Amino acid sequence: MRGRAALPLAVLGALFGAALAVALTFALSARAQQLVADLSSHLIAITTGFSGTEVVLFGSTDGQGDVAVVVTGPRSNVRVRRKDRTAGIWINRESVLFEQVPSYYVVATNRRLESLAPESVLERHQIGTAHLRLDTSDLVGPLALGDFREALIRNKQRAGQYGLTHGQVTFLGERLFRTNIYFPANVPTGLYNVEVFLIRGGEVVSAQTTPLVVSKIGFSAEVFDFARSQPLTYGVVAVIGAIAAGWLAGAMFRRV
Amino acid sequence: MLIYLPIAEMSVDALVVLAMGGLVGFLSGLFGVGGGFLMTPLLIFLGVPPAVAVGTQANQLVAASVSGVLAHWRRGNVDVKMGVVMLIGGLVGTTVGVWIFGLLQRLGQIDVAISLSYVFFLGVIGSLMLVESTRALIRGRRPTATRGKLHHHIWLHGLPLKMRFHRSKLYISALLPAGIGAVGGMLVAIMGIGGGFLLVPAMIYLLNMPTALVAGTSLFQIIFTTAVATVLQAASNQTVDVMLALLLLVGGVIGAQFGTKAGGYLRGEQARALLGLLVVIVAARLAWDLVTTPPDLFSISGGGGGW
Repeated sequence: MRGRAALPLAVLGALFGAALAVALTFALSARAQQLVADLSSHLIAITTGFSGTEVVLFGSTDGQGDVAVVVTGPRSNVRVRRKDRTAGIWINRESVLFEQVPSYYVVATNRRLESLAPESVLERHQIGTAHLRLDTSDLVGPLALGDFREALIRNKQRAGQYGLTHGQVTFLGERLFRTNIYFPANVPTGLYNVEVFLIRGGEVVSAQTTPLVVSKIGFSAEVFDFARSQPLTYGVVAVIGAIAAGWLAGAMFRRV
Repeated sequence: MLIYLPIAEMSVDALVVLAMGGLVGFLSGLFGVGGGFLMTPLLIFLGVPPAVAVGTQANQLVAASVSGVLAHWRRGNVDVKMGVVMLIGGLVGTTVGVWIFGLLQRLGQIDVAISLSYVFFLGVIGSLMLVESTRALIRGRRPTATRGKLHHHIWLHGLPLKMRFHRSKLYISALLPAGIGAVGGMLVAIMGIGGGFLLVPAMIYLLNMPTALVAGTSLFQIIFTTAVATVLQAASNQTVDVMLALLLLVGGVIGAQFGTKAGGYLRGEQARALLGLLVVIVAARLAWDLVTTPPDLFSISGGGGGW
């Protein structure tokens, strides 16, 4: 019961805080209102039947320009390991710990990314996996670091959690635009940031950030909370359940 | 039918998992092994994180062993005294195994250690079983097979603490079954398996227990070691996914019932030959993965943990 009451509260709190941030962004850019965008939903609920979902981002600009949408998931540390052949078998040897890596990172644009703005601008706003800042405090040579960095992105792409081509921004007329952002079944939970950049003449002229919460809801959330808050009880309950299920099946088959 | 697993944090096709559980359950009922050595690689292949696969597997094995034991119990094929002696060793082994697991995890080599121990144990035991049972099958064909002694005595049986096991018709040192249980318990903690594939041949070849009693007695012991492993995994690593376990055990308990029935039609050496073959195939597959160049030399894992 505790878990059920606590979870929506946490979600609400996160949403509220994020909404405040948006309000501030809006206030700053209200003068020009060059860019307005919003999501079809600000909450992705992971229920027992969850198998991935799509969120529509729509908005308008005050005239011609290019739009880049960057979705960034909650950040955490990621260790990248490289295998080397040792005595005939492949064993993890060297490793690099990257700090504060986005668990999810997808970019959608209306044109090819490289033609939107020069490298320096994309770098500054971290638009595109190639321009994502990945920091490490490990001592590694620049050449090897590049390999590890690429490997991180490659592994994330394989898991469907990093991408460039997931959804493309389409313009309806000159000012209205929309894009579908796809979230796979293995989407990490937490607070997401959806940044929308308006680019003109190779410069970012306006930007807006919208929050998005990915959260487990219902039965799966309760199981998760139980396992985290009372791990020992959870384990004992799991064993009792298993014994009961085994006994039940054995008793059922006795008559057959 | 896709279903979301709350601890593994991914969605899987419920029917695929049910079918996997059923197949492994059938084999576990047939041979009297837990089937963990098949299920863990299958789950990892599905994309379940190895730590969750191991933890959930222990939970599922509890149910599979309970329903398996019931079937053997009704036929009177469980030597409870032998099982309890093995269990005492098993609990010691599990505790030591958890400690070794933690050590390997800190060194960042837990996955290769697991693979290597799979290849080693499965390879050696599978080959031994295959060779022995093939010999027995060939010998069985000859009509003039002479009946030998009830069982052969080896020096291990003469260790101190001799104990009489009435059901198994054995008078041997209690240290031997306890030692076998300890090794089995260690495997539960390190490899996330019941250890039946090791216990069954050890009980046949080292203890010389009657083959009919071996499956039931090893399952009886595995119930308790896997239960302890489940609680330890849930408490320390939070890697037990009850949703996944439920799917696996529904498939598993049904499969195990049919497996136990089918086992009645198999002769001991035939069952051993088939199990040996299966074990060797799994070992060869895992060995192949260790020596061939992986498609991506790099792998990622959250935080600084071992997986």
